[in-house]
Amino acid sequence: MVSDQLSAGVSSAPATAPPGVPAPVARRRPRPRRRGGSLAAPYLLLVLPVGLVCLALGYPMVRQFVMSFQEFGLAQQFGRPPEWVGFQNYATVLGDPYFWVVTARSVAFCAFCALVTMGIGIALALLLQKLSTVPRILLQVALVLAWAMPPLAALTVYTWLVEPRYGLVNWLLTSAGLESFRGYSWLAGSPWTFFLIAAITVIWTSVPLVTLSTYAALNQVDEAILEAAELDGAAGWQRLRQVVLPIIQPVVLLLLMLEIIWDLKVFTQIKVLQAGAGNNRETNLLGTYVYETGIGGGDYGIASALATVMLVLVLVLTWRYMRTLMKQGDL
Amino acid sequence: MAATEPALFAPPTHADTRSARNRHKHWWNVLAVALAALWAFPIYWMINSALMPAERLRSTPPLLAPLEPTLRSFGEILGDSLFWRSLGFSAAVTGLAVAISLVSAVLAAVALSRFTFFGRRGALVAVLVVQMIPAEALFISQYRMLDGWGLLGSVPGLSLLYVGLIVPFTVWMLKGFVDGVPVELEEAAMMDGCSRFGAFFRVTFPLLGPGLVATGVFGFLVAWNEFTLAYVVLASGDRLTLPVWLRTFSSNLQETDWAGVMAGSTLVAVPVLIVFVLVQNAMTKGMVAGAVKG
Repeated sequence: MVSDQLSAGVSSAPATAPPGVPAPVARRRPRPRRRGGSLAAPYLLLVLPVGLVCLALGYPMVRQFVMSFQEFGLAQQFGRPPEWVGFQNYATVLGDPYFWVVTARSVAFCAFCALVTMGIGIALALLLQKLSTVPRILLQVALVLAWAMPPLAALTVYTWLVEPRYGLVNWLLTSAGLESFRGYSWLAGSPWTFFLIAAITVIWTSVPLVTLSTYAALNQVDEAILEAAELDGAAGWQRLRQVVLPIIQPVVLLLLMLEIIWDLKVFTQIKVLQAGAGNNRETNLLGTYVYETGIGGGDYGIASALATVMLVLVLVLTWRYMRTLMKQGDL
Repeated sequence: MAATEPALFAPPTHADTRSARNRHKHWWNVLAVALAALWAFPIYWMINSALMPAERLRSTPPLLAPLEPTLRSFGEILGDSLFWRSLGFSAAVTGLAVAISLVSAVLAAVALSRFTFFGRRGALVAVLVVQMIPAEALFISQYRMLDGWGLLGSVPGLSLLYVGLIVPFTVWMLKGFVDGVPVELEEAAMMDGCSRFGAFFRVTFPLLGPGLVATGVFGFLVAWNEFTLAYVVLASGDRLTLPVWLRTFSSNLQETDWAGVMAGSTLVAVPVLIVFVLVQNAMTKGMVAGAVKG
């Protein structure tokens, strides 16, 4: 009952604690959580953070859900009350072949970026382990710089690098004898080259987080375990697959999940690169499509339905990883 | 005895792989330096272009190094009042968002780390799930919300949206740091007569220093670099954050001023890069701690 006495000093309502509960709880847990004090304390601590998150995210989410069942266009912005239309917005969205094109495009773009990012990221983390001090620090600093680079600054540099007439990329390619790249516009020329540049900018920014987190996790792998595996005759690849990967798996899964979410909702890169392309319809992904429909076109009802579908898509794609993660952590 | 057999022969093979490893190590190092150069190249190119006279940028072949560097592009930007107004707006939004986020995140992290209560598990799951909500799926309704409150294009409006972005992740990170401080330290202080509140503030809070710096920097980066929400919320007004200001260079009908936009990008990026390099170690550790410990 030590913890009871200790918290009694600050407890505002010690009598509200169920008698006999605190001590066993404290003994069962590896880290004693004091429960004898005010039962209200944790809730009071949570008022501000929960309130703010509800205001910034919860309320808009509910509103958006409601709006997705309403006719909410330009007329409603000028004060006409929105009309309930049931699932009509969803029917419009799902019945539009262009929506499916954009969705398929987004999923493909996301899968490509997430997989390439994870692959390069983990490979670089393993590489970091093999290096001498100076090259290791050089690579780490380069990655950290790319990570911290404001996306807009990065995007302007990439746009400048692939600028048709004076850009470095076209100059290098034409100097190498590829005359067809003289004055070639990577962004406006074809959706394929547009998405290639977009994918490079996304991967360039995302790899550092994967590499540095995986590297930090790798350093937590006990040397003794690796040596034991080596003595037991496990080859390099086996050690990696059967010893190292299971240990860093929680971190890798978390990163993969984050990458999927980030790459599926990608907006900034596409929006900025579109300004240099001018072929929005062929290059829209879900994020820019929602923007175009809502903020651009003023059709908030349809845009809300679109955004809700996008949210559901993210949840479906990440649900399994979330469950694994929750089971692994001591939540 | 099959298991011990390789061990008997291990010493020679072991030595062999060692020397092979050392020979390989040389090539790994070369590869790493090449990759580092490749990864940092866009940043180098940004600074290189910013230091060149605008007319030299339109020459072929491109100059790979600023042989005759000039600060003219920087001078033009520093003389532009829109840059200074955007800098002020960015600083105000970022400062407010980070301050509010840190206070709320500390409160939440303490509640989740130091107390058992009904709904704790649910709250932890919520912290995770909320991070999965893409801002891009909510900006339509966030735009309508701020519009309704007359907060479009204002510091508190944008800050509120940034708090929503920052708080869940900082709670997750800070909880890892609070978990790392043994509760016994607080209990010892309380034995010596500290109140529970006092024990936390005198014992645990000072030990959270690195965690607060790491989460603070994380929040700073998110708010300072953020583009999507700023672009949506500020679209119609004349008050811009720096990332949105960078867009004004290419939205004109005339040809893009590449030297100017590169100098602008450099001015936006360099402070961030310096801060980040200084503290990234603590940040990666915090992130991993959160992931591993749950």
